[in-house]
Amino acid sequence: MLLDGLTVLYHRPSGMTHILVTPAPQILAALDDRPADSDELLRRIGERFEIESEDAAEAVAARLAELEAAGLVRRA
Amino acid sequence: MRHRLDLRIGPVTFRIGSDWRAPLGELARLYALYPEPDAIADFTVRLEAERIWRRWIRPSVGIRGDYILPDASPLALRHGLLAAEMAMNLQLALGQRSFLLLHAATVERDGKALLMTGESGAGKSTLAALLGERGWRLMGDEFALVDLDTLALHPFPRAISLKNEAISLFADAPPERLGPLLENTPKGRIRHLRPGADAIARMDEPAPLAAILFPRFGRDFERAMRPVGAAEVFVRLTQASTNYIALGERGFETLTGLVAAAPAWGIDYSDTDTAVALVEEVSR
Amino acid sequence: MRDSHPLARLLADPASAERVRDWTSIFSMARAQSLLGSLAWRLEGQDLPDKAAVILAVARRDHDTARTQSLWEAEMARRALAPLGVPIVLLKGTAYAAAALDAGQGRSIGDLDILVPREALGEVQAALLAAGWEWVKEDEYDDLYYRRWMHELPPLIHKERDRMIDVHHTILPLTARLKPDAAALIEDSFILQSGLRILSPPDMVVHSAAHLFADGDMAGGLRNLWDIDRLVRQFSMEPDFWNRLRERARRHQLEAATSRALRLATHLYGTPVEARLAGPRPALDMFFERRLLARNGWGQATRPILRFAFYVRSHWLRMPPLMLARHLWTKWRRPKKPVSHV
Repeated sequence: MLLDGLTVLYHRPSGMTHILVTPAPQILAALDDRPADSDELLRRIGERFEIESEDAAEAVAARLAELEAAGLVRRA
Repeated sequence: MRHRLDLRIGPVTFRIGSDWRAPLGELARLYALYPEPDAIADFTVRLEAERIWRRWIRPSVGIRGDYILPDASPLALRHGLLAAEMAMNLQLALGQRSFLLLHAATVERDGKALLMTGESGAGKSTLAALLGERGWRLMGDEFALVDLDTLALHPFPRAISLKNEAISLFADAPPERLGPLLENTPKGRIRHLRPGADAIARMDEPAPLAAILFPRFGRDFERAMRPVGAAEVFVRLTQASTNYIALGERGFETLTGLVAAAPAWGIDYSDTDTAVALVEEVSR
Repeated sequence: MRDSHPLARLLADPASAERVRDWTSIFSMARAQSLLGSLAWRLEGQDLPDKAAVILAVARRDHDTARTQSLWEAEMARRALAPLGVPIVLLKGTAYAAAALDAGQGRSIGDLDILVPREALGEVQAALLAAGWEWVKEDEYDDLYYRRWMHELPPLIHKERDRMIDVHHTILPLTARLKPDAAALIEDSFILQSGLRILSPPDMVVHSAAHLFADGDMAGGLRNLWDIDRLVRQFSMEPDFWNRLRERARRHQLEAATSRALRLATHLYGTPVEARLAGPRPALDMFFERRLLARNGWGQATRPILRFAFYVRSHWLRMPPLMLARHLWTKWRRPKKPVSHV
């Protein structure tokens, strides 16, 4: 659910609630159950969403690591 | 247990057992006008002597029940009323699963409820009690119960715990509404105030939420009122809830529904009259 | 209600619910015995007073959420440990839930308990610490106690999720008189779809009996015994179950505990058991039974002298007498630390 620019997410498998800030929700949407590596992910995100940032690659990598630690994504 | 008292406050019935008669006597007097408790209790509370001899020698009241905090310190017998209140709070805080539970005060007027939540010491309890004497219906001073289906707030009008300076604000209350003055408790001076007749008579009337308030009290605060964004409200309410996580997806749906439906305001004040005025302003 | 007999009867015979007059006491007792969820499942469909039905429905829902969160914790442990290629065997409540066993219905789940090979302890510990778990107990002596003598690593808790994991390498303390065969437990384990494992059915029953009678002071034992009832009823439908149970109990030196578990389960819950394996009921069974039932309708622990006797017994089971004396002496001499967690 979108609240005030942030995404509030209930993750059913874990019962945990997460508050996500761009580009984390976009990463989840882009992964969409089709595995991808960092580069592929960046490409997909660029295609579907408008995220303009010079350090987009860095931001995506950082958010991806956080999502993994939180259990929302995992390595295939 | 030697002594027993059953009490219904809003939708929750407590079975209270005690090794001593005195705390239950005080409790019965404080809750004199409350309706018949249910035959089946929602929670059991036990005021127990920690060791057998502690029933008589420097008696101290252990706070126990269906749900227990293992390292909770016992209280002196003269503070038995406070022990009973803390024990009931504990059962709700740890065991409530029928409603979303928020640490908040709630008042209602014209069929609309205001939720007041925030840090301890902001005086929400006192503010709610004052509003209850000034034309508002007090629904609760400590716990708000949110219906998981309708998102309405259910009253839980327990006796209000007035602390330290707040006690003098109600010095004129009719004596039958006041509990004993408890000095030197772990929370300072405390006196319990029974809610008004209206609050008790209507304790089974829920009300939809109209607005969320975050009151802040400070001696040098300028009077202020500002809107609070939904995401911040969401986070702060999860912090104010002891059972949000345990309720799983239903908790998430209820809380997001609540936050999306009601505007939220932070109000700052340095005295109670300003606080009441701010609340009146918000409700317009 | 002076003891937990009424609760046991209700679990054994759900239809007896219509004769219950004091639901408040049943619920308090069930909470104290960690059996409210199990009771809720057991009584589903029975004709109950409205409020009792509501309380139990809420308990069922609460259990479902707790179960989801417990299984997630197991999944996160799996993710952290998968790269090691080491067998991870789920134990107790989490195992029953993961395998969708009858014993998992409504069963309260505490910490995550896993069994790993002893040789793998070092790498398991390292992997968990790297993935966000940290030690719970800070005391050096406790740490030593766990590592050298107990059957598990000192408890770990996850930093973010605030949930504990107990890593076992066998099912009884190393210093105990009885020596179950941990390698055999792992060898015979079943693999689930997730890659996590569970004990084989006879081992599950033996483990439950061991946990109940050979390790600990039996607090909360009524729930443990209910597990055994559920497990035995479900597994005994397989051919040759009783022979395999007999074999495994012998292999793990746990025949006495297993037999006693069967006798008490049949006595309190009417569990169908093989008479030969259960054996005749000795006088001592009565004390065990009373200990299991020592909770009254207010949720209070009763029978303090009996409880103390079992408390002493639990320490005696874990350690040879000289070691026990030294252990208790050291604990007594330590400066008292305030307990800091719930």
